[in-house]
Amino acid sequence: MSTEKADNMAQHMEPLTRMELVISYALRLGVLLSAAVILVGILSFAFKQDTGYARVLPHHLRDILIFHQVSGPGFFPTSLPAVLQGAMAGKPYAIIGLGMVLLILTPILRVALSVFFFLFQRDWLYVGITLFVLTVLIFSLFSGVG
Amino acid sequence: MIVCRYRQGGRGGPSVRRVNMEPLTFFVILFGSSVVAGALGALLGLGGGVIIVPILTLMAGLNIHYAIGASIVSVIATSSGAAATYVKDKITNLRLGMFLEMATTTGAVVGAWVAGLLPGRALSVVFGLVLTHAAWTMYGSREEDVPAGARGSALATRLRLHGAYFDPALNRRVDYQITGVPQGFGMMWLAGLISGLLGIGSGVFKVIAMDSMMRAPIKVSTTTSNFMIGVTAAASAGIYFLRGDIHPFIAAPVALGILTGTVAGTRLLLRLRGAAIRRVFLVVLLVVALQMIWRGVVGTVR
Repeated sequence: MSTEKADNMAQHMEPLTRMELVISYALRLGVLLSAAVILVGILSFAFKQDTGYARVLPHHLRDILIFHQVSGPGFFPTSLPAVLQGAMAGKPYAIIGLGMVLLILTPILRVALSVFFFLFQRDWLYVGITLFVLTVLIFSLFSGVG
Repeated sequence: MIVCRYRQGGRGGPSVRRVNMEPLTFFVILFGSSVVAGALGALLGLGGGVIIVPILTLMAGLNIHYAIGASIVSVIATSSGAAATYVKDKITNLRLGMFLEMATTTGAVVGAWVAGLLPGRALSVVFGLVLTHAAWTMYGSREEDVPAGARGSALATRLRLHGAYFDPALNRRVDYQITGVPQGFGMMWLAGLISGLLGIGSGVFKVIAMDSMMRAPIKVSTTTSNFMIGVTAAASAGIYFLRGDIHPFIAAPVALGILTGTVAGTRLLLRLRGAAIRRVFLVVLLVVALQMIWRGVVGTVR
């Protein structure tokens, strides 16, 4: 952002509230962290030529992308415990999976923080609306519906 | 030809048939197209699935479930990547987004319940025609930077949906008022319903509902849509992840490419005039409309 633009904004708009700054930083942190983790995962995959669960020889994209495998170069972990364990052990596919989990959690974190944003403004109507949205989100995240 | 195969292939069936390029080539092409998708998505309030899914299915002949998993990742990455900038610049209308999110999420839950009962192909054609009509309406207002002479409704005032933002392209503060709350809410409910059913196009419907029905400025419509699509997609992403539809080797270049692209997209949104964004949106709108009609006729919809 240029300083000229910042000056213009300061003249015309109310400054950001503390909660808006918190939300902005939380989003940035979530995005950068997940991108960094994914990058580490894909780089270690490239250097090792190994998914962490199987070796990948060059020129075998077909084997890498074959659908829903239980082993071999097409396999990757899909449960949270398996992803966490694998990432701790430095397995490239598990590290990428961890990055994906962080990416998925970022928008949900944003809605959760928005509850506090409205709470600080004493805007009870929107505290209610945001809690409703958060409830539906968590419901569909865990129930397998949606 | 290619698309027909997925219908027969289905889950667990033979899926990867035409993949014979090198992994690195696949990775680079996917990363590159994701940069474009991220920039367009951040600018227009769409998920990028419009670009990612056809590329994956046409280029790699990939199983449709992996393509949809990649699309979900692209939506979340677009939304979160753009959000940090838009929160700071106060363009996103958080109240409007959260209020409408009530409609989208409940619509999506209902959509998941009734998915098997509804005629997906016919609906795809119908919504494609609805979008074509919306494009026609939007063509009439293509020169507008901000809506002219829109008066807020009493309901929108009570819900505190009106807002203001600083527009660097116009170099002034834009105050706007919202109207058409029931129509917009209804359209959002439908958008949620079909997003589960058709897999694409919910971002387009969100922008149209806010722009044409609720008379929000185009920049507010696209950035608020951007916020909403990420929240909705995150809710269903857990299921796709557990099912094993989010493949690391596909999702990694998509996520990294999209996040890179959103940096350019957000800058573009701040600098471009509303009228220019409307014209780009109009083109994408027509593409999505044709995709929907095509998919309905050919039968890639469940």
